Amino acid sequence: MAVIEVEDVRRNFTVRTREGRWRRGRREVRAVDGLSFTVGEGECVGYIGPNGAGKSTTVKMLTGILVPSGGRLRVAGVDPAARRAELARRIGVVFGQRTTLWWDLPLRDSYELARRIYRIPDARYRANLDRCVELLDLGPLLDTPVRQLSLGQRMRGDLAAALLHDPSVLYLDEPTIGLDTVSKAKVRAFLRETNRERRTTVLLTTHDLTDIEQLCGRVMVIDHGRLVLDGPLERLHEIGGSERTLVVDLAEAHPPIDLPGVRVARTEGPRQWLAFPARQSAAPIVAAVAARYPLVDLSVREPAIEDVIARIYAGNAVPSAPAP
Amino acid sequence: MAEPGGGGGSGGGAAARAGWAVRSWWLITGMWIRSTMAYRASFALSLAANTLITFLDFAVLLLMFAHTRQLAGWTLAETGFLYATSSVALGAANVLVGSVGGLGERVRSGSLDTMLIRPAPALAQLAAERFSLRRLGRLLQAFAVLGWSLTALDVHWTWDRVLMVPALLLCGTVIFCALFVGCSCVQFWWGEAAELQNAVTYGGATVLQYPPTVFAKELVAGTVFGVPLAFVNWLPALHVLGRTDPLGLPAAFRFASPLAAALCVLAAGLAWRAGLRAYRSTGS
Repeated sequence: MAVIEVEDVRRNFTVRTREGRWRRGRREVRAVDGLSFTVGEGECVGYIGPNGAGKSTTVKMLTGILVPSGGRLRVAGVDPAARRAELARRIGVVFGQRTTLWWDLPLRDSYELARRIYRIPDARYRANLDRCVELLDLGPLLDTPVRQLSLGQRMRGDLAAALLHDPSVLYLDEPTIGLDTVSKAKVRAFLRETNRERRTTVLLTTHDLTDIEQLCGRVMVIDHGRLVLDGPLERLHEIGGSERTLVVDLAEAHPPIDLPGVRVARTEGPRQWLAFPARQSAAPIVAAVAARYPLVDLSVREPAIEDVIARIYAGNAVPSAPAP
Repeated sequence: MAEPGGGGGSGGGAAARAGWAVRSWWLITGMWIRSTMAYRASFALSLAANTLITFLDFAVLLLMFAHTRQLAGWTLAETGFLYATSSVALGAANVLVGSVGGLGERVRSGSLDTMLIRPAPALAQLAAERFSLRRLGRLLQAFAVLGWSLTALDVHWTWDRVLMVPALLLCGTVIFCALFVGCSCVQFWWGEAAELQNAVTYGGATVLQYPPTVFAKELVAGTVFGVPLAFVNWLPALHVLGRTDPLGLPAAFRFASPLAAALCVLAAGLAWRAGLRAYRSTGS
């Protein structure tokens, strides 16, 4: 069953521009331009695209904050813009960069408020809170004022707050931004569990491809207000031909490292940038380099979404891609 | 159980929706009160400062009357009655919905969005935002002055005059609430227009603290037929104090405050709806 239905949705903005000293012009900008997709119950979809591509405009329309200029939208069977207050009880929203928790109050108080605002029955509230506390390790934090929590702890707190009322759809905007590796792993594990066990439909916008790799079976790429790709993550790598980069620091400057399946993208003194296909494991390459060269330090860089999308355009591999 | 908060107009009924709005306001206000209690010393200091400032405010009036027995024909007790009723109405409105003035900031920062995705009415959430018990300071001072002026007034207290006082305070509070909300709605279009709301509410209340005879007739007429501030206390006070109308309006105007308040609420409600619709269609 489709939980999110988007059919030829458009959203124009009027931008006022200055033309000369007094004259003001108006220009129509199409933030979302004929978007169509459906998301089934229990799916976890990554929604990615460069800044200004129309991601947040889409999410704002799906939450009912923004009224579309045209097309048809349904979330959980409801027209979001027309029945925003009703829909609010069925969706959860987490903004990675903006907390909805009460800064000066113990974490628990924010949950108590949610219980009342969302009118969560007592038994269900207790069960959901217990589950979140257990899976997100919130037990020791419940009585701590939110301002004293670390960024990762706060994000976990925000996630729990968004799920206490059993939303059927969860919108996540950059849920792992700024978190350390351990916190990222906890957040991802919790989301995977929630998605699987609760059949919560998840729409995730992120710049971190690892989030998508670990959580989403499906990716939608938006650019200039249109979907340029909708399919499994493998398709993205296939089409984008994306590469990860292994940055190695050797003891001294060497000629470019020669390994099969590895392309030296750049060298700078003792440092070399080795590009390899994103689907390939870094471990054998690291082992090979370490065996043959005096390796001092290394790091792996994930492909940036902007680069992948740029490559999608450059290769012109997607039939539906509009001319930018 | 019905879900008054949901439906956005369909079903539930107006009374249930209003009840839900009030309950949401209470819930969020309670959170803010507890938040300020996290900083007790700061709260105590600001409450003390606030009370001191409002008492100095009234001291100005006392100082004026130390030099003259009458101000444009009104005695100290009569002027004190105007001062107190204006301050009570403004103070109560400020406690209830004063925070809507922060609308422009919320539109700019996008934090209005977080209110729109909660199932509580956005206006109730906005009105309760950053609530502080400090605001009660002004209200307490205003009630103290009111109590004193009521005993000092040289008025023959008939029943209609006695009943007029609470009715006046109630209608005045409603009018100021509507002005707070209505004028703040301008910020949906012009985010920097917070001063308009301040000028009309705080500025208006200051004007109402003095006898209407102090001001030019054009200004007084403006508060009757323009921004309906005169219905907060000037017009009903004419009946309570048994004075003649400087504009010579029919006596019915002295009893028209409930009607004026209802019209103000209607206008503010329409402005809020229009503003929210504009926001949701521009997303700016």
